[in-house]
Amino acid sequence: MGYANFLFLKEELSLIVLMIILLVYDLFGSQKSLKYFHPVACVLFLAHTLLNLLPQETTIEAFGGMYSCTPIGGVVKTILNAGTLIVLMQAYNWVNSESVLIRRGEFYLILFSSLLGMYFMISAGNFLLFFIGLETASIPMAILSAYDKYKYQSAEAGAKYILSATFASGLSLYGISLIYGTVGTLYFADITHNISGNPLQYMAFGFFIVGLFFKISLVPFHQWTPDVYEGAPTPVTAYFSVISKGSAAFVLMTLLFKVFGNFLVEWQAILYVVIIATITIANLFAIRQQNLKRFLAYSSVSQAGYIMLGVISGSAIGMSSLVYYILVYMISNLAAFGVITVIEQRTGKITLNDYNGLYATNPKLSVVMMLALFSLAGIPPFAGFFSKFFIFYAGAQQGFYVLVFIALLNTILSLYYYLLVVKAMFIQKNETPIVPFRSDAYTRISLIVCSAGIIVLGLFGNTLYELFVNMSFGV
Amino acid sequence: MEYTILILLLPMLTFVGLGLFGMKLRPNTASYIGSLSLAITTLLAYTTAGFYFTMPRIDGIFARQLPVHFEWLHFTETLHIDLGILLDPISVMMLVVITTVSLMVHIYSLGYMKGERGFQRYYAFLSLFTFSMLGLVVAPNIFQMYIFWELVGVSSYLLIGFYYTKPAAIAASKKAFIVTRFADLGFLLGILLLSYFTQTFDFEALTSGNSAIFAGAAGVTFLGGSVISWALVLIFIGGAGKSAMFPLHIWLPDAMEGPTPVSALIHAATMVVAGVYLVARLFPVYVSAAPDVLIGIGYVGAFTSLYAAVVACVQTDIKRVLAFSTISQIGFMMVALGVSGMGGHQGLGYMASMFHLFTHAMFKALLFLCAGAIIHTIGSNEMSHMGGLRKYMPYTHITFLIACLAISGIPPFSGFFSKDEILTAAFEFHPNFGILMSFIAGLTAFYMFRLYYNIFWGTPATHEHTPHEAPKSMTIPLMILAGITVLAGFIPFGHFVSSDGLVYNIHLNWGVATASIVIALIAIGVAAFFYKSRCDIPDRLMHMYPQFHKAAYHRFYIDEFYLFITKRIIFNCVSRPIAWFDRHIIDGALNGMAYVSQRISYAIRGFQSGQIQQYAFVFLLGTLLIVLLVVLI
Repeated sequence: MGYANFLFLKEELSLIVLMIILLVYDLFGSQKSLKYFHPVACVLFLAHTLLNLLPQETTIEAFGGMYSCTPIGGVVKTILNAGTLIVLMQAYNWVNSESVLIRRGEFYLILFSSLLGMYFMISAGNFLLFFIGLETASIPMAILSAYDKYKYQSAEAGAKYILSATFASGLSLYGISLIYGTVGTLYFADITHNISGNPLQYMAFGFFIVGLFFKISLVPFHQWTPDVYEGAPTPVTAYFSVISKGSAAFVLMTLLFKVFGNFLVEWQAILYVVIIATITIANLFAIRQQNLKRFLAYSSVSQAGYIMLGVISGSAIGMSSLVYYILVYMISNLAAFGVITVIEQRTGKITLNDYNGLYATNPKLSVVMMLALFSLAGIPPFAGFFSKFFIFYAGAQQGFYVLVFIALLNTILSLYYYLLVVKAMFIQKNETPIVPFRSDAYTRISLIVCSAGIIVLGLFGNTLYELFVNMSFGV
Repeated sequence: MEYTILILLLPMLTFVGLGLFGMKLRPNTASYIGSLSLAITTLLAYTTAGFYFTMPRIDGIFARQLPVHFEWLHFTETLHIDLGILLDPISVMMLVVITTVSLMVHIYSLGYMKGERGFQRYYAFLSLFTFSMLGLVVAPNIFQMYIFWELVGVSSYLLIGFYYTKPAAIAASKKAFIVTRFADLGFLLGILLLSYFTQTFDFEALTSGNSAIFAGAAGVTFLGGSVISWALVLIFIGGAGKSAMFPLHIWLPDAMEGPTPVSALIHAATMVVAGVYLVARLFPVYVSAAPDVLIGIGYVGAFTSLYAAVVACVQTDIKRVLAFSTISQIGFMMVALGVSGMGGHQGLGYMASMFHLFTHAMFKALLFLCAGAIIHTIGSNEMSHMGGLRKYMPYTHITFLIACLAISGIPPFSGFFSKDEILTAAFEFHPNFGILMSFIAGLTAFYMFRLYYNIFWGTPATHEHTPHEAPKSMTIPLMILAGITVLAGFIPFGHFVSSDGLVYNIHLNWGVATASIVIALIAIGVAAFFYKSRCDIPDRLMHMYPQFHKAAYHRFYIDEFYLFITKRIIFNCVSRPIAWFDRHIIDGALNGMAYVSQRISYAIRGFQSGQIQQYAFVFLLGTLLIVLLVVLI
């Protein structure tokens, strides 16, 4: 093993360097210089994102196949970076609020550790590295959920998350151990060839897959989602709903394609059931939510079901439409969360009724929120329409007509509850509306970027999609 | 000549700019911006025409040019929709016509529409219309033409309904839109049929004269006609809708509810001749693939022309008289196309049709603008409120008279030359046809001079204010158009536009010309006798044939017939059952689904208890089910 291997890990290394810089800055920076902590962190992270913006052209293998990063994996990392950057920007108000200020530095470090774990999950070539990545990604999330530790709900969210996550990891690890027991290796490439269809392997596969279903929060492994989303600080919820979910969905797909390709029939059957359950049940719950964070939690569960439509197709088109969907979902959801975050920080209001008449007092925020919800609901010409279109196309191409039809019916249901929010903002009257305010520059930039993304990807998304199509054959 | 794209872009950008920011500008600023932009457009159109017609001919014809051309939507190798600009003699001629009339209307409206609510909006719509109409005439393929065709329809709708607080204007705008849209359905079907069998939208390919292009349709027949004939009939239906051919003419008289300059631009000079232009554009296809259809078009044109001329004789609203006169004149153009053949002297009708389109656009716009000036000062459309205006409005009087002489076919005004060519072509087709058209020409002279004498002579009505001449911004366009009307007849039109593109020397057929002049003079004489001073003959005639007069006044009850069909038959027998089905079955099913979703959503809420133990239980249960599922499969 040469040290040169480390050089292949340039994205991970650059994130680690970034973390070390921030750690030193946080520990030794003077009180005065620490005022600039947030902008410095944002700029450094932006630099990191730009440095790794373009995906590599070929698959990188290092440490004898332990580490393996495909071009499309690089794209996903870039998407995650962009999302994390937006989350960071939206977190500005919160990290500088009185109760969090003293622990500000840790927030960035913990957030980045979690991101680092996702990097390793994405580019793992071995179950061991994969599992380490998974845990590195999820343990910090528990800390983040409980970050407002004096708030009852935040502490509860942290506890619920760590308990559920442990439970899921345990089952997953059990599955991995069974795989190791029957195949004798943890390397993905070797497992693919040696997997034979032994009943024990099926069992192992079933247990293993649940761990990822938990992370993506598919029904029936989703029940932690609303509680944690509601309790966690809103920027953390945003991070949960897009970054954590997006990375896990992509990893699930690569594992199913690469490692469990022989079990195609089996995992398609599982996904078939899970997708229908996820979309339908989440939608039914979402209809009745009053708290917007809870509402978005259920919406994100249902969106995860749509994302899985890209996986079930098992094709290159499915893969690229999934990546595209994650990108669009991320932009749209972050736009919605950006609005919710800033309103919650300024006024403490979070329920649907509070949003009545928002348009009259804060027209710009309402329009951004509307764009985001329209995109999530898949209304043309916004980005969400095309991402749904591509993913339905991928599903239909493989003959899942019934499934696509059920998904389509569910979009009607989802349209209903997304429009409930729009109706509240634009049509309902309110005696005590949210007061007009001017949001900070970070939030504004992030919302402008998201809105622009929703519109531009809606109009010109085809080019990007075709780029993904060309790349995804590399898997 | 890539700069021709500016001819389209300028009005479009003006529309977007005025549409978005117009209401923030001062009304005058907005109107000056609109007019200035159109003046530049006009200049560009003239430059284009100048360059185009001075280029050396190739094989004796002006070559087609595609200065702008790109693929817009790509479906397959053979199926793609292009956008572009096609320059050929008729499109260049139309560019000149449209920009000229539009510019005159822009300037005229500075005075006419001054102080109206939504003045800026008006100019934005005018720009939209001009853009759409220009896009229509330069379309290199039938699909682009269709797109702009619809845009023209929309802008016409918007402008007819400009006084949106007037119920009559709203009704008229809806009527115009629905009737033309209904006809456009035929157009669309025709396009689809034609392109399905020929595999192309391109005019160049369709009209190349290469019969191989229709090979795909060989032997395909429907109800005894070849499929290409059917396609061409359907396309003509679209054209008939826009050009107000009988029985789709009912929207045009009502469209007079719009501002008068709009009537001049859209409902006299440009949009309503789009149907004629469409047939002319596809003329080679009609001649080679479906000569019967072409003759049918001629008959439709002739009947419409006669019908509209008779109705025009008894209307009392001056704009309606002009509207029916427009319908009648478009009928003339259709007749000319219908009786025409291809090439040389055979193609006389084609040339005559385009020539008449050109001259008619000028003098009919002039008539409408004069009418606008009169309405502007009198405040009413009714003839009985006018009379004796020649003393008060000298410029309007003279220009109106020039236009009347032109439309009646009195030399040396432009209408004489173009109408005479049409009559010649009709006589050559069949003498009876020629006689019929000459008779209609006589009727034209009669009702135009009835209008003229009723307005400017006769007994002066009592006015609240003394009528006065219109402001300069309105009289100057009148004089310019009058100038064109006087001179346009001497343009050697056949040198520019002819059926096969070769030079065609117009030579008057003096037999036909003399006869038509005599008929026109007699008709004018009768009109003068009836209406110049008090005379009871019209009233006596009216009482002699009360039924006929009443029927003609009510336009032979065509509107009532339509209302009967739609309100009584279609609404009752078709729409109501569909509405019932929609309301009870479809809505009921959806409401039922919504109700069920709500109930389920309510029922399962206990599932989310907040208890982590229960979550773990569900989690484990789910895992076991999945494992079971995998193992069992």
